[in-house]
Amino acid sequence: MFKKATTSINNKLLAGLITLFSSNMFAAWDDLNMTEGVTAISKEVFDLHMLIFWICVVIGLVVFGIMFYSMFAFTKKKNPNPATFHENTKVELAWTVVPFLILVFMAIPASNTLTKIYDDTEGDINIQVVGYQWKWQYKYLEDDIDFFSNLTTDWDEIYNKTPKGEFYLEEVDEAVVIPVGKKIRFLITANDVIHSWWMPDFAIKQDAIPGFINTAWTIVDEPGIYRGKCTELCGKNHGFMPVVVKVVPQDEYDAWVQDKKDAAFRMAELTEKDWSVAELTERGEGVYLKNCVACHQVNGQGITGIFPNLAGSDIVLNDKAGNIEILMEGVQGAAMQSFANQLSEVDMASVITYTRQAWGNAGKGDGKIVVPKDIVEYNKPKV
Amino acid sequence: MSAVIESHNHDDHHHGPAKGLTRWLYTTNHKDIGTLYLWFSFAMFLIGGAMAMVIRAELFQPGMQIVEPEFYNQMLTLHGLIMVFGAVMPAFVGLANWLVPMMVGAPDMALPRMNNLSFWILPFAFFVLLSSLFMEGGAPNFGWTFYAPLSTTYAPPSVTFFIFSVHIMGASSIMGSINVIVTIMNMRAPGMTLMKMPLFVWSWLITAYLLIAVMPVLAGAVTMMLMDIHFGTSFFNAAGGGDPVLFQHIFWFFGHPEVYIMILPAFGIASHIIETFSRKQLFGYASMVWAMASIAILSFVVWAHHMFTVGLPLAAELFFMWATMLIAVPTGVKVFNWVTTMFKGSITYETPMLFAIAFVVLFTIGGFSGLMLAITPADFQYHDTYFVVAHFHYVLVPGSIFSIMAAVYYWIPKWTGNMYDERLGKLHFWLSFIGVNVTFFPQHWIGLAGMPRRVPDYALQFADWNMISSVGAFLFGASQILFLFIVLKTVMGGKKATPEVWEGSRGLEWTVESPAPYHTFTTPPKVN
Repeated sequence: MFKKATTSINNKLLAGLITLFSSNMFAAWDDLNMTEGVTAISKEVFDLHMLIFWICVVIGLVVFGIMFYSMFAFTKKKNPNPATFHENTKVELAWTVVPFLILVFMAIPASNTLTKIYDDTEGDINIQVVGYQWKWQYKYLEDDIDFFSNLTTDWDEIYNKTPKGEFYLEEVDEAVVIPVGKKIRFLITANDVIHSWWMPDFAIKQDAIPGFINTAWTIVDEPGIYRGKCTELCGKNHGFMPVVVKVVPQDEYDAWVQDKKDAAFRMAELTEKDWSVAELTERGEGVYLKNCVACHQVNGQGITGIFPNLAGSDIVLNDKAGNIEILMEGVQGAAMQSFANQLSEVDMASVITYTRQAWGNAGKGDGKIVVPKDIVEYNKPKV
Repeated sequence: MSAVIESHNHDDHHHGPAKGLTRWLYTTNHKDIGTLYLWFSFAMFLIGGAMAMVIRAELFQPGMQIVEPEFYNQMLTLHGLIMVFGAVMPAFVGLANWLVPMMVGAPDMALPRMNNLSFWILPFAFFVLLSSLFMEGGAPNFGWTFYAPLSTTYAPPSVTFFIFSVHIMGASSIMGSINVIVTIMNMRAPGMTLMKMPLFVWSWLITAYLLIAVMPVLAGAVTMMLMDIHFGTSFFNAAGGGDPVLFQHIFWFFGHPEVYIMILPAFGIASHIIETFSRKQLFGYASMVWAMASIAILSFVVWAHHMFTVGLPLAAELFFMWATMLIAVPTGVKVFNWVTTMFKGSITYETPMLFAIAFVVLFTIGGFSGLMLAITPADFQYHDTYFVVAHFHYVLVPGSIFSIMAAVYYWIPKWTGNMYDERLGKLHFWLSFIGVNVTFFPQHWIGLAGMPRRVPDYALQFADWNMISSVGAFLFGASQILFLFIVLKTVMGGKKATPEVWEGSRGLEWTVESPAPYHTFTTPPKVN
């Protein structure tokens, strides 16, 4: 109760400050403070933030008040003869004990909230979140749904060739979908380097660390689309791997789950289909632009010394088996990751075929293409 | 007194400064080496600052304009490393070299040849580090905290050179610290008991112990990286059974004391300057010493507050939250003591005092945001956002760096024999003060609003304040050219300084003439 009251007073004080300091040019004050978020925990965290903020403001006003008073009242002109006192044990004791008590007062609610956050019991829905350079993978453990979430902001927008959209750098091809009112548990890990999964509206920030599974949970009551980001430096495109969560009513969620299962079935059918080179190349270009272009670049030439050149590469031209293996297994000790779990058989085959056809590679090497069945074959247990 | 002067003349006859380049290469004189350290750190400050200008220029507007993300990461990594290890730490070592022997009444540092070595390996360390910019694959790009496995398995080849240069810097710091400790422990003038030492000497004694304790830990961390990269070990590689979080524990066990290494000498400097220009003895000398000692001891048990989001157990999170909050107590005591020193003083506002007052106010603001960051649940929102960037720049720029500038203005008459230009000094102060606040204050807001740190590009809602922050940074950067000019002008000439220099100055360094003779206190003074 007390906390709620202070919050509303805080908001009024803040509103007063806005009118004092802000002009129309700047975003509203709300955009300059921590988000309150949409969960019980995120609101508690916000209250803690405002409580400690106001404690600091009050202490600051007292200390700086005395300091500025001294600066004006005790100049050499006004006070030519300085006092000579230089110690006082009682005063020292007081300003040791009083701050200590304030800290204890602050530590109690903080410890309570922290204890609430540390609940690692199972959720109604358990989602594994895996950080990759530079995208997120989401696996719904109960429903066997599995997809990657990539930034969709166009590189032309980033390089200022086209105007920037409303959700510049905060939009993805596929958002995590969760239902309202259910306890969702996230199991967070990483495939390559350390990432960090941050959703400010849920007050969740949890590092994604290779070899570890961290947990976080939330219950969201307000449907909506919420946007967050990766917050641990994870290499070149750290700034370009947002987190988007879509919270929907239960029936909408159920329908979405069914859709995802149907799509998986259709994908299996596509794998059986007979593909032409042109079809594979066309599909492969899309896959390449989404998954490979960040390192190997649009022209396939990579970046000298870090990311290998694919145009004219011997493996791409002449070594079909080796080519498939690199994409399926990744390269130990290098930035090249395994795409076996990230791409379907169809997408895997088409992107390899695309690299064997693009940038003047066509006709230079052995001319072999890769079809989805090659990938199925690769995945069969070897005897 | 006459005996002292006689022995001066005698010494100068034999050991006056050599001429030319060899004077600086071979010197074992604490004043020469102090000067070398200070100029070196200023050069590094300008290089690291130029990198900050690149960063702020890229962040001036959303979108990529000036550099590629890959190069941006190299800039932010080198900016951090150079400012921490190249600018702030050597500047404090330079001040210690100049001042500690004079303040304790010793003729020189205790180990002069090691003193020469500890300086002269530094330029090589930074040459190696900077040369990585021109290597294939580019310079280190993993942030100054170089978390594994981004800095091991996924690092550019130049990481090996980075490891080598960190080893050299560490060796230099350890030698410097040993020198400071041995000098203070063995070479104090008769009558100068520990609790009569000037606070700058106390602050450096504590800092030197911190350095000796943690630099080997850093050396261990980079050596383990080296093993992982070249010799097939898996200390930090999960695929080989290693632990990436172990790296962070080791790094921050070094890193948190390191933070105080960069602020404790500033506490000493501020105490001297506030006392002098308030013309009133420092309030609570003994409690100042105890506060610094408490801060130093606590610095060893708070490291995991940098790691609240790595998935520590609840008990660890609670412990590190409480321990971190506790640091506010001794830090508060120091601020209260400074304010009480000014209370009922007789204050004038020369440039060093302006910098010292700005130090107290802005460092305290950085302390407040530090207290906020200690609150673990709230830290889940602040962590790795611009709020953290604002926090540590408030304690490092108007904290450590303002204190270094204050020290330069305060002691430069003693070093050169000339007064600096007061009008230009004040102009430099106000430009820096405005620049630093315009740069870093808005970063609190964009951080709270959700902008992560270490990104080369950002969402549109952060655009306005990023632009303002960049303008502030350009102003701050440009003002430092003025600082260079003022220092050069003072070295060349100016109004002659008296031995006391300041009306309210206290301490042995003000008893010798200005500029201080090449050899001071060859016969120890007597302290009452």
